[in-house]
Amino acid sequence: MLDMTQSQPLLDVRGVTLRYKTRGHLVTATYRVDFSVLESDRFVLLGPSGCGKSTLLKAVGGYMAPVEGEIRLKGHRVTRPGPDRMMVFQEFDQLLPWKTVRQNVSFALRTSGKLRGKAADDKAMHYIERVNLTRFADAYPHTLSGGMKQRVAIARGMAMEPDILLMDEPFAALDALTRQRMQDELLALWEDTRFTVLFVTHSIPEAVKIGNRILLLSPHPGQVKAELNSVPRGTDPETTARLEARIHDMLFSDRVEEEEQGEVAHV
Amino acid sequence: MSDAMSDATSRPEILNRTRGGQDFGIIEKPLTPFERLYNQVWLRKSFIILVLIVAWEAYARHLDNPLLVPTFSETMTAWWGGMTSGVLPARVWTSLQVLALGFSTGVVLAAILTIAAITTRIGTDFLETMTAMLNPLPAIALLPLALIWFGLGIGSLVFVLVHSVLWAVALNTHAGFRGVSNTLRMVGRNYGLSGLGLVFRILIPAAFPSILAGLKIGWAFAWRTLIAAELVFGVASGKGGLGWYIFESKNQLDIPEVFAGLLTIIMIGLLVENVIFRTLENRTVRRWGMQN
Repeated sequence: MLDMTQSQPLLDVRGVTLRYKTRGHLVTATYRVDFSVLESDRFVLLGPSGCGKSTLLKAVGGYMAPVEGEIRLKGHRVTRPGPDRMMVFQEFDQLLPWKTVRQNVSFALRTSGKLRGKAADDKAMHYIERVNLTRFADAYPHTLSGGMKQRVAIARGMAMEPDILLMDEPFAALDALTRQRMQDELLALWEDTRFTVLFVTHSIPEAVKIGNRILLLSPHPGQVKAELNSVPRGTDPETTARLEARIHDMLFSDRVEEEEQGEVAHV
Repeated sequence: MSDAMSDATSRPEILNRTRGGQDFGIIEKPLTPFERLYNQVWLRKSFIILVLIVAWEAYARHLDNPLLVPTFSETMTAWWGGMTSGVLPARVWTSLQVLALGFSTGVVLAAILTIAAITTRIGTDFLETMTAMLNPLPAIALLPLALIWFGLGIGSLVFVLVHSVLWAVALNTHAGFRGVSNTLRMVGRNYGLSGLGLVFRILIPAAFPSILAGLKIGWAFAWRTLIAAELVFGVASGKGGLGWYIFESKNQLDIPEVFAGLLTIIMIGLLVENVIFRTLENRTVRRWGMQN
């Protein structure tokens, strides 16, 4: 599944330590995290809450700067947010409520200076069609269901044709059935264009299903615990279940020990 | 006993057959004409106004003292006379001109203050301190001072109007900006927006419900303040507005004209609040589902 001919990684994260301030504390979110994402990877950041996976994604998005280490996209250092790294958030309010579905997608294209005029509209419609929302192109977001809103956000992200699509638990707020359908749809879209995606989740089955490569992070602060290959789609359920069990053990077996280390690191 | 209770099989399953539609008395039945009429809000409100007018007319006729309470018909005659002679429209025009000047100046200043407040921390502190101090201060209380500073004329009126509009609009707009979700800000920055681009293309539309609420409050304050200010020093100003019309009519004991002036104020207020702002709301925040 991995493209081994690719020599230079698309996204290179080296020794990244992230800290942020809360009201009373300086919190270390991740500690010296390394990983590289290759072209057409479906790279998953997996870990329990508090492992800094969302913070890590925000840093790749350019919303916060690492205190140590660096993040490079196509060899260029990431310093600020930009349309070459489109984010898809978990929240349903990520769509602009004053714009219709079509305008939401084309506004992104226009504002970032990628396309203008009719070209932006055409591209928007093309991707809206890809996520099966043509009928709702002129609807305002508040009239859509949660799953449809997330589809619009994915269409918007893909329409920008970014170097990498950053997805922050995009299906976490959906009901189980919709969630499963959205995962299938995302994979089908990937089969078509083979875009690169960095996907954050705390669900082991979702990670195994979505990813081809999975980075396991330990909590408080986030450190790389392992980087695994996932099983290809259509693998028999038993093998899949074995991988899921293995990941589960790796994440949760030595929890007590982990927390002690976390304490030390805090001090 | 307890065994039997916990045993799932001891409770029989229930399977019902639902009935066909023809078995029910009513599935869907049109409402009677009266019920439908009663559902119309404007009709119910018109009815209330009609009752009030009849009561007014009856009481005034019973009292029979036009110096205290003129009848509705006398008031309407005076109003129609004022409208056709061109006195009332001229007064309304004068008031609205001053209002537009004061209101727009206040809104522009509020915009500048609020943008300063969201872009710098000292701007936030400045806005918060100023609104905390000056918002509770009734604009009309500044009128004596304004008269000393700007003399008798439009300058003083605009000054108090700006004061009445500025803080209400700035306070609401600022609250609206702070209420914009972090996700939307991040979305805007993702497109490469920052600074004023982010303010105009993301923050202002996202905060529009609050901004509109602020404009509505600002308008209401400004309109009341203007009429009050005209009443206080209207006599001395050369070209008076509606407030002066009322003051002048009272001095000449033309009480039906006083009532006609009050009626005009009410009508303009209703027009702006129910037509202009309502239309604006329907076209924006309601359509976007940001307000119900």
